[in-house]
Amino acid sequence: MPAPAYATRSERFAYWFLRAFVALVLLFLIAPILAIMPLSFNSESFFSYPMPGYSLRWYQDFLGNERWQSALRLSVLLAVLTTILATTLGTMAALGLSRSRLPGKAAIMAVLISPMVVPAIISAIAMFFFYSKVGLTGTLPGLVLAHTALATPFVVITVTATLTSFDWNLMRAGLSLGAAPFTVFRRVVFPLIMPGMISGALFAFVTSFDEVIVVIFIAGPEQRTLPRQMFSGIREQISPTITAAATTLILFSTLMLITLELLRRRAERTRLAAVQTH
Amino acid sequence: MNMSSDTIMRAADGTPLKAKLAQSLRREQLRAMALIAPLLIFILASFLLPILMMLKNAVYDPDLQDTLPRTSALLATWDGKALPEEPVFEAFAAELKAAQKERNAALIGKRLNYELPAMKSKVTVTARKLEAVQQGPWKEALTTIDPVWGDIETWATVKHASSTFTPFYLLSALDLRQTAEGAITAAPAERQIYRQIIMRTFLISTLVTVLTLLLGFPVAYFISMLPPHQANLLLVFILLPFWTSLLVRTTAWSILFQDGGVITQFLHVSGITWLLNALGLLHGEPALFKTRLATVIAMTHIQLPFTLLPIYSVMKTISPNYMRAARSLGATPVYAFIKVYLPQTLPGIAAGCLLTFILSLGYYITPALVGGPTDSMIAGFIDTSMNNEGNWGKASALGAILFTATLVLYYVYNRLVGIDKLKLG
Repeated sequence: MPAPAYATRSERFAYWFLRAFVALVLLFLIAPILAIMPLSFNSESFFSYPMPGYSLRWYQDFLGNERWQSALRLSVLLAVLTTILATTLGTMAALGLSRSRLPGKAAIMAVLISPMVVPAIISAIAMFFFYSKVGLTGTLPGLVLAHTALATPFVVITVTATLTSFDWNLMRAGLSLGAAPFTVFRRVVFPLIMPGMISGALFAFVTSFDEVIVVIFIAGPEQRTLPRQMFSGIREQISPTITAAATTLILFSTLMLITLELLRRRAERTRLAAVQTH
Repeated sequence: MNMSSDTIMRAADGTPLKAKLAQSLRREQLRAMALIAPLLIFILASFLLPILMMLKNAVYDPDLQDTLPRTSALLATWDGKALPEEPVFEAFAAELKAAQKERNAALIGKRLNYELPAMKSKVTVTARKLEAVQQGPWKEALTTIDPVWGDIETWATVKHASSTFTPFYLLSALDLRQTAEGAITAAPAERQIYRQIIMRTFLISTLVTVLTLLLGFPVAYFISMLPPHQANLLLVFILLPFWTSLLVRTTAWSILFQDGGVITQFLHVSGITWLLNALGLLHGEPALFKTRLATVIAMTHIQLPFTLLPIYSVMKTISPNYMRAARSLGATPVYAFIKVYLPQTLPGIAAGCLLTFILSLGYYITPALVGGPTDSMIAGFIDTSMNNEGNWGKASALGAILFTATLVLYYVYNRLVGIDKLKLG
């Protein structure tokens, strides 16, 4: 944004000031994330620059140490199961919500979104009270159910957003041409809401993969997920392996950001194509 | 079309079209309900029911009622003016013995300890010594073991702690207590901590909200004025931290803030440490790890995208023509900005700030890892009450307070912005 030609001197000054300010804020946002990454390649176990040498020893520890590996395995398993369950339940609910003029729709929506709204610590103690009563604490099903409850709001929101621009006449056309309802869903509805479902699934995956507070409260002592391992690592004895784990997770979220951006562009293209053919 | 009452439109099978339509609408509604039901039931059962259990636990207090049923029944008719009569002591001694046998005596001590200091050990000792005493009078036996049993206040505490439902936890989470006569008064000064913690939580949340607004607004403004491809490039700087997990960003800050870590180095190399020393604001190297300042900086960093993005999405829709019109009518840039531009951004500011404020109230991880012991917020104390003290009632009461605050703010958010407008990236 260049300053317009008619700008006065003080306007030009304000403009350059704004520019410098914005640069500093953006630096503030990105710097901690960038500063942590090189430290994971430090050959010594301290956290400052300049680094005496480079090595992959912390990655070796992260990938070779059984504690970190079992934590990673549990986190991935938990996140995958949560994603499957949350995407299925959330997509169904979003389809139901966007179709009809249901009585009490706003109230239903509020209930479905509530796990996203309530602070994690409250969800954690509430679930602890309930799960210890029904004997689900310290079990994998317990963790999956808890994370599914936390993750479904994201799926409901993303799929509902895709459905607001969905042309239901396409479905009516499919039905009137004699296709079975499920066939219409599979061949017509599903391909169109797919971008929303995938981004919802990504959100669900990340929600579970990053979640630590509920896990601390309802998991058994031997059920250590990756975030829990990191959390207790920082609290007790901070080891540079944590920087390797953090860097891996940053790369993971970068990949996710790129995927979501590609999905968004694809959805925009489909929408434009649909508008043009009408 | 001219329609009289006898020529209603009918479907192929002869039923009136209106009935047919209603029937099909009903069928569609049922289908929609069937799609929503699994998730709705799941959330109700696995999320809202637990929350209700927590709210109940904030006022539910069955421990003494369960362990001392006879004593509490007898105390119910006690007027509290003089020491209870021998039957109360007899019942208490018998029930304490039974509790000791079942290893429940500690439960009684723990509950009384919430209100009377040192009761935990006194009950344990009494229960152990009582095993040797075979017969009464029990009033004498108990007061010989510990004079605390000859104190009216002890029995008043046993009396009101043995009702199944109690306002005790909620009151003490607000630093209030109920006297024997039922009046509500402030807790003694040395036991007042929670009001301070609630105040601190609101203070830190307000500070973080203001900081994110001050930092976020100019950036949102700047980016909203850029052509799309440049704007998208700068948005990456905001979205990448936004997508990086909260735990990872807190980890990053806790490593950077270490004593002698990257931040200290940066301040040293850039001369800021020297400058602060020269101004007398600092002596030697700054110690930032485990401080309030570090907590606020890390929280501001984490919350900045939440404030910035709603403001940005509102600014994107503001037509530049309004400002041009104001300028061409003679307004100075500052006047036009304040009178014309700023009011149009208010919905975005409200949405972003409310969201950040609500989320800040519940912060647990960041104060725990970056802040010191005096920077714990409500969520941190819920964790302490739960895991270190095993005091479920207090944890639930603090949870109920935090939950109510969140609920009220979300109601406001919903009225102002609409919960369905909640966008994800």
